[in-house]
Amino acid sequence: MLRTSLKALAIVGGLLGASPGAQAAGESVAPPNAGFSFNSTFGTFDRASAQRGFQVYQQVCASCHAAHLLSYRNLQALGLTEAQVAAIASQVQIQDGPNDEGQMFERPGRPSDRFRSPFPNQQAARAANNGAYPPDLSVIVKARPDGANYLYGLLTGYEDPPAGFAMGEGMNYNRYFPGHQIAMARPLNPDQVEFADNTPATVENMARDVTTFLAWAAEPELEERRAMGIKIIGFLVILAGLAYAVKRKVWANAH
Amino acid sequence: MASGLHNSDVPNPVLRWIDQRMPVITMMQKEYGSFPTPRNFNYFWNFGALAMVNLMIMIATGIFLAMHYTPHTSMAFDSVERIMRDVNFGWLMRYVHANGASMFFIVVYIHIWRGMYYGSYKAPRELLWMLGVVIFLLMMATAFMGYVLPWGQMSFWGATVITNLFSAFPLVGDWIVTLLWGGFSVDNPTLNRFFALHYLLPFVIVGVVFLHVVALHITGSNNPLGIEPKGPQDTLPFHPYYTAKDSFGLVIYFIVFAVLVFFAPNYLGHPDNYIPADPLVTPAHIVPEWYFLPFYAILRAVPDKLGGVLLMFGSILVWFVLPWLDRSPVRSMRFRPIARICFLLWTVSFAVLLWCGGKPAEEPYVTISRFATAYYFGYFLVILPLLSRIEKPLPLPESIARAVLGAGALPAGAAAKPMEKA
Ligand code: HEC
Ligand code: HEM
Repeated sequence: MLRTSLKALAIVGGLLGASPGAQAAGESVAPPNAGFSFNSTFGTFDRASAQRGFQVYQQVCASCHAAHLLSYRNLQALGLTEAQVAAIASQVQIQDGPNDEGQMFERPGRPSDRFRSPFPNQQAARAANNGAYPPDLSVIVKARPDGANYLYGLLTGYEDPPAGFAMGEGMNYNRYFPGHQIAMARPLNPDQVEFADNTPATVENMARDVTTFLAWAAEPELEERRAMGIKIIGFLVILAGLAYAVKRKVWANAH
Repeated sequence: MASGLHNSDVPNPVLRWIDQRMPVITMMQKEYGSFPTPRNFNYFWNFGALAMVNLMIMIATGIFLAMHYTPHTSMAFDSVERIMRDVNFGWLMRYVHANGASMFFIVVYIHIWRGMYYGSYKAPRELLWMLGVVIFLLMMATAFMGYVLPWGQMSFWGATVITNLFSAFPLVGDWIVTLLWGGFSVDNPTLNRFFALHYLLPFVIVGVVFLHVVALHITGSNNPLGIEPKGPQDTLPFHPYYTAKDSFGLVIYFIVFAVLVFFAPNYLGHPDNYIPADPLVTPAHIVPEWYFLPFYAILRAVPDKLGGVLLMFGSILVWFVLPWLDRSPVRSMRFRPIARICFLLWTVSFAVLLWCGGKPAEEPYVTISRFATAYYFGYFLVILPLLSRIEKPLPLPESIARAVLGAGALPAGAAAKPMEKA
């Protein structure tokens, strides 16, 4: 009986295992495992890396990409103080209004504001980027298979096209972008930013940091979720033991 | 005077007062307390109770999601992310609901498989079985419309592909599609009506589940031997025996559920659904949720659109007539050596279809899907009717008690208890 149940479980497991294959490969190259801490089952985010990553995002990516699901106040979760967050927010001008005269006006940002988007709409973003649309990065790590490794691969995967590869006008060759031709020019170059903690601003370091930041942005609940999961599953395992003991006792003379 | 009152033996006077006027306590005691239940269930008999719990979880989490969700094409995606970020425990509600749908299908697929393996669809349980198929169809409709609500790329394109299928029907096809869309493409009216229906259908499911249980409590449960209980020695009162066994199964189910929700909440989803819907960008591969993949594979195995749609619906509708396709008087496959193997192969064909459904519509997957589809239908329409005539079943045990307890005397306690209560 147990064996039949196990067999059924194995079948179901097989079925589930089959489903992520749903994203068929096409022309993409699987990115290598970049070894992110948060990618392991009980892993957490490296705060220092995520803070540096925010700096990279702000100084590099934010000129083209929005992340409109994030608010400045969320940055406190990365270990920034309230004052630091307020200072970061106040650097941008946010459109607000209408005021009592019915006019829209600009004011310095507040921690409660959403991240300011670089373009007012998709058309403006395309117009500034040769017709290509830089996607919102809020959930980009959830929106790609193996998102964090992919993003790291993408940012470090710019190289010369192989001989004979027909490149489109204004396109860039990237090892990990599906189809290998991406409209985004190589965004990261050595020493593009200066980190306060003296971490060398190599392309690999910046890519790792900004990926950590965007992984947190996509799943800010990840650490809380896993911590709760450990407690709940621990509790359930004990409960399962008790429930099994009760079941055995009840059934003791019924077999 | 008292003749109008129910004759209640509930000890507590307040509860007795209620029970005399509305005998729900007596009813619960009869249907879930002393209810005589075959003593030989294996753990496959847990899955009905699990499905019931799962349905309640879906309704509870769904109602909380609906308090924060906005059914508008320009806001739906962001409102779901807002639930995940800004609503207290919103991420938990949403991940329980999204993975709850997967758990629901896992549970119900096992439940249906159990019914097929142990012949629970045969007389006198035909109607009970058919109500189950109705529940499954309603679940599919509910899950399909729920998946549209977050308004990601797969929501939009899945909805477009699936609703378009109806256009294959001659004469009424286009009319049905326009009705589903509320216009001439999948757009805001579609999202609105899908949300309304997604809220409604689970309660219809509750109604049909009620009928399913009513029918169950008339015929009583089947069991792994597929022979009817012949007397009290073959049964046990539902409580405490099966309440205890179901509780253990329930905790195991919660563990599997928790592993998904807390450690792999997006494992069964598609990353494309975190890209906001864009009618101008078609995803490279449009795939439905994993639990629809077998039927999707059947659809794509047929070169003709109408033929594919008919076969896809037919693959579930054929379950309705299963009690009349399989005429063998022996229920449990344990005693049907040939049918058992054929059915296990059918299970394989179902798994193969699930796998093919997630692959692109190209070779070799199309050919494999065709063979698997042929076997899927062949099992129901050819093998079972044929085996009903020619298969020689193994000898059935004399009674459940004999099979479980052996030829020796029954242990006194076990035999006495059910008789006191039943
Ligand atoms: C000069 C503008 C610009 C900058 C700066 C920029 N990007 Fe992009 N990015 C684009 C454009 C344009 C696209 C769309 C590319 C396409 O669709 O071919 C894009 C696409 C992307 C994608 C999506 C790739 C995919 O799989 O579809 C990611 C991820 C991304 N950028 C990340 C970043 C990160 C991280 C940074 C900062 C380190 C950054 N970008 C800086 C313009 C920019
Ligand atoms: C039979 C029971 C149910 C099933 C199978 C089901 C299934 C689903 C599925 C598959 C999704 C998409 C999940 C995702 O990927 O985001 C969803 C979303 C949703 N459901 Fe349900 N559901 C059920 C009951 C309910 C009920 C009763 C309600 C409300 C009262 C509800 C409200 C919602 C809402 C608001 C969403 C959108 C939020 C989201 O996408 O997470 N559901 N449902």
